[in-house]
Amino acid sequence: MHSLFDYPTLRVIWWALLGVLLIGFALADGWDLGVCALLPFLGRTDQERRMMINSVGPTWEGNQVWFILGGGAIFAAWPFVYAASFSGFYLAMFVVLAALIMRPVGFKYRSKKPEASWRARWDGALFVGGLVPALVFGVAVGNVLQGVPIRLDDDLRVSFEGSFLGLFTPTTLLCGLLSVSMMLLHGSSFLAIRLEHGALHERARRVGMATAILSVLLFAAGGLDMAFGGIGFRLSGAVDPAGPSNPLRADTVAEAGGWLLNFAAHPWMMIAPALGFGGAVLALFGLSRRSDVLPLAGSALSSAGIIATVGLSMFPFVMPSSVDAHSSLLVWNASSSARTLFNMLISTVILLPLVLLYTAWVYRVLWGRVTGAEVIANRDFY
Amino acid sequence: MDPGFVDLSRLQFALTALYHFLFVPLTLGLSFLLVIMECIYVMTGREIWRQVTRFWGRIFGINFVLGVATGLTMEFEFGTNWSYFSSYAGDIFGAPLAIEGLMAFFLEATFVGLMFFGWNRLSRVGHLFATFMVALGTNLSALWILIANGWMQNPVGARFNPETMRMEVVDFGAVLFNPVAQAKFVHTVSAGYVIASVMVLGVSALYLLQDRWHQVARRSMAVAASFGLAASLSAVVLGDESGYTLSDNQKMKLAAVEAAWHTAPAPAGITVFGFPDARAHVTRAAIDVPWVLGLIATRSLDTPVIGIEELVAKAQDRIVSGLVAYKAVQALKRNPNDLAAREALALHQHDLGYALLLRRSMRDPSQATPAQIEAAAWDTVPDVPVLFWAFRAMAAIGFAMIALFAIAFVLCTLRRFDRRWFLLCAVAALPLPWIAAELGWVVAELGRQPWAIDGVLPTGLAPSSLTRAQLWVTLVGFTLIYGTLAVIEFGLIVRTVRHGPDEHDEAPPLPGNLPATPLVA
Ligand code: HDD
Ligand code: HEM
Ligand code: HEM
Repeated sequence: MHSLFDYPTLRVIWWALLGVLLIGFALADGWDLGVCALLPFLGRTDQERRMMINSVGPTWEGNQVWFILGGGAIFAAWPFVYAASFSGFYLAMFVVLAALIMRPVGFKYRSKKPEASWRARWDGALFVGGLVPALVFGVAVGNVLQGVPIRLDDDLRVSFEGSFLGLFTPTTLLCGLLSVSMMLLHGSSFLAIRLEHGALHERARRVGMATAILSVLLFAAGGLDMAFGGIGFRLSGAVDPAGPSNPLRADTVAEAGGWLLNFAAHPWMMIAPALGFGGAVLALFGLSRRSDVLPLAGSALSSAGIIATVGLSMFPFVMPSSVDAHSSLLVWNASSSARTLFNMLISTVILLPLVLLYTAWVYRVLWGRVTGAEVIANRDFY
Repeated sequence: MDPGFVDLSRLQFALTALYHFLFVPLTLGLSFLLVIMECIYVMTGREIWRQVTRFWGRIFGINFVLGVATGLTMEFEFGTNWSYFSSYAGDIFGAPLAIEGLMAFFLEATFVGLMFFGWNRLSRVGHLFATFMVALGTNLSALWILIANGWMQNPVGARFNPETMRMEVVDFGAVLFNPVAQAKFVHTVSAGYVIASVMVLGVSALYLLQDRWHQVARRSMAVAASFGLAASLSAVVLGDESGYTLSDNQKMKLAAVEAAWHTAPAPAGITVFGFPDARAHVTRAAIDVPWVLGLIATRSLDTPVIGIEELVAKAQDRIVSGLVAYKAVQALKRNPNDLAAREALALHQHDLGYALLLRRSMRDPSQATPAQIEAAAWDTVPDVPVLFWAFRAMAAIGFAMIALFAIAFVLCTLRRFDRRWFLLCAVAALPLPWIAAELGWVVAELGRQPWAIDGVLPTGLAPSSLTRAQLWVTLVGFTLIYGTLAVIEFGLIVRTVRHGPDEHDEAPPLPGNLPATPLVA
């Protein structure tokens, strides 16, 4: 059946694909989140806000599917991770969903009535729908880095031994802020390329420069926290990479600085953090030079680098348990069966390029700078 | 697990899913109606058809976003609320959900932007293509989610793996071509087409009654009448019966729907009316029509329809057999190389789920007494009176829909758009297909109880390990959010309908200046 790849290889491929999906989400939906979060601050008149909304209006819906697909793909390829993370982060997940639910309706319904109060309310909803998910995703990643209080019983039923408030610690808040800063940078870089030149464009550019600097600082702080903040895990004892997906069979220990071990062992992995910093600097440079493409390219590289840094530093951990040595979810013990991984790989290899192709085509048809005049004249605009 | 807790989880799932399914079927059906209308526009080039398409497109848009918003909840609810289900069956169940995202959601969500914003950027044919891709995407999404749901009803192509303590796929093809999923797909999609047709028919009738928008209303009505007639026939004739002989649980569902307490000799009759009494195991005041059930359920005149008591007796045997498998699994937990246990499991694993039914009342099923086993076997009977009535109401609406569209079809063909009584009927029919569709899910899902996965995983074991307080927060939270959005959406649809297919006034209203300070609501 799947003589093409053995089980460990399939697992690593799906670990990498998970990273691709997360990066795809951060890049595609990232600018929607960023634009929404900036909406009340950058847009000073209704027309300006509509320019911002319509810069993402026709395409944000497709971008959001990266998030949905992320959920589906984790379910299919990493069922234990799907089960443990979403039930463990239960109330946080509810907050994210409640915020995300506001976006589809906000975009569509805002323009349906002329009253300022109606529109202001939807602007508030869109702001929440942009800021809150960005923040909570970062906090969630921070929690994973810190170790999550999950325990598996002998039926492999997962239970969460923490609390909602326990999700917020200095480390996780730092990650949350970094995530917000990343999205704001990405959103303002997107606005810089999508809006006509003018006061609004200028404001977006300045916010972009500020968040580029902020991202660099927060990312550096994150690195220091990894090194000296006393967090990290490592395997203690052997794990069979081709073994059955049963987390109880592995042994893990918490070890301060454990997340830096991979970089020490494989220096090439330093590319990821280098991109994280370099991308932000590139975006800053591009914004200050009023370049069109450089800021967006820079913010994209920066987001990709930051996410890859997290993934690489933790490998082979996906979700370490902070309360039980035998409940950590690893690349080697939390995946689907080899058959499912293979079937899903085939589906992805066929379908994902198609998706990218028609998405690119749709963007091309809809591309161009959004102008204030157009917002007033075009009946189809939000 | 605490039964009240399980019920809360079920309540939340039922609320969010039934709510999702208020918007989903209109999206499924209206997207195809838009394709038909726009096709006519492209072929005839007449401006009126563009107006028709754009008008229904606006209604589509308002409804669509709520389908998306509520779908988000569904996608993650298996993980948040049914985490044991998710890790136990994710190896099989996750795949269709992921493929749905890749194949269907991307398609529909990417092209929907082009559909709304592309009128001035694409050629006519190009725009029609975008509309068609949206319709294709939404209908593909129904296919994949129903493959997932069909697997819960009839879990083919999978087996229990004691090393990972979960179900794993052995035959992906069997999962894809599950006959239950296919029957469900045809029926559910037809239901969506009926709902959209009733919506278009009803609103057009309203315009004709109010003496407004004749041109648009007549054309819309003609399209809805023919599409709706085909769809309602397909929903009724291609009903879901074909899956009912496949598994014990599906047989049980059929028996419950028919309140068939005992096996009736073939060909079975159908009880069109009666009061099922779940305690005494009889149906009072029953009116039977001979033969019909045998034909519907088994498509033959000589296969008997098995009754509830016989199915319970069979469940009892399966629990006994399942206990062998259960004990083998416990032995394998201690020693994965226990050969005797492996052999016992291989022989009895098809009944493993039945042993898990005992977990509702005891920590360790291997200690079960015969009385406890019998009680657990009776737990496999779903709620008979609810299923009986929900099914009958759905079917009655189904036949009413055929009558409605048949009359509409005749009147449209004769160009008699002035029959007041008919127009009134068409407006009054507006809520009916939604009621039928929601009842359909009640039949399908309540009929599956006590199983989350038929014969494999009892519902009581499937939820996440959460606290009641957490569940109450989200239950109340979702109810508030969904309730508010429902009111807003309904208001907007009414507003759009009242405004009518007028293009001139429809530009997003002119900007009023907002205060310069940031607004954070
Ligand atoms: C038979 C049809 C059907 C059924 C049973 C379901 N859905 Fe649904 N869903 C659709 C048919 C649909 C749709 C018609 O394709 C929607 C409605 C609006 C839309 O955009 O797509 C949709 C939207 C939709 C979305 C948003 C997609 C987007 O952003 O475009 C998600 C994530 C889900 N659904 C997930 C689910 C899950 C996890 C379900 C099961 C519990 C489920 N749906 C049941
Ligand atoms: C949108 C369409 C759907 C509707 C309206 C619907 C309806 C329902 C209802 C009414 C219940 C509650 C049953 C009870 O209280 O016992 C339920 C439960 C459930 N359904 Fe569905 N369902 C839908 C789609 C699905 C799909 C597609 C799946 C699988 C992917 C699914 C899986 C479940 C699960 C896991 C539960 C909870 C466990 C249970 O009570 O059995 N449902 N659904
Ligand atoms: C005579 C008419 C009808 C018959 C005989 C019929 C039959 C059935 C049956 C037996 C089920 C349960 C499927 C299961 O157990 O999994 C079902 C489900 C369902 N029905 Fe109907 N139905 C009829 C009309 C309608 C109509 C008019 C609608 C909506 C417009 C509708 C919508 C649904 C939906 C949405 C479901 C749940 C999905 C599924 O399980 O397929 N039905 N129907």
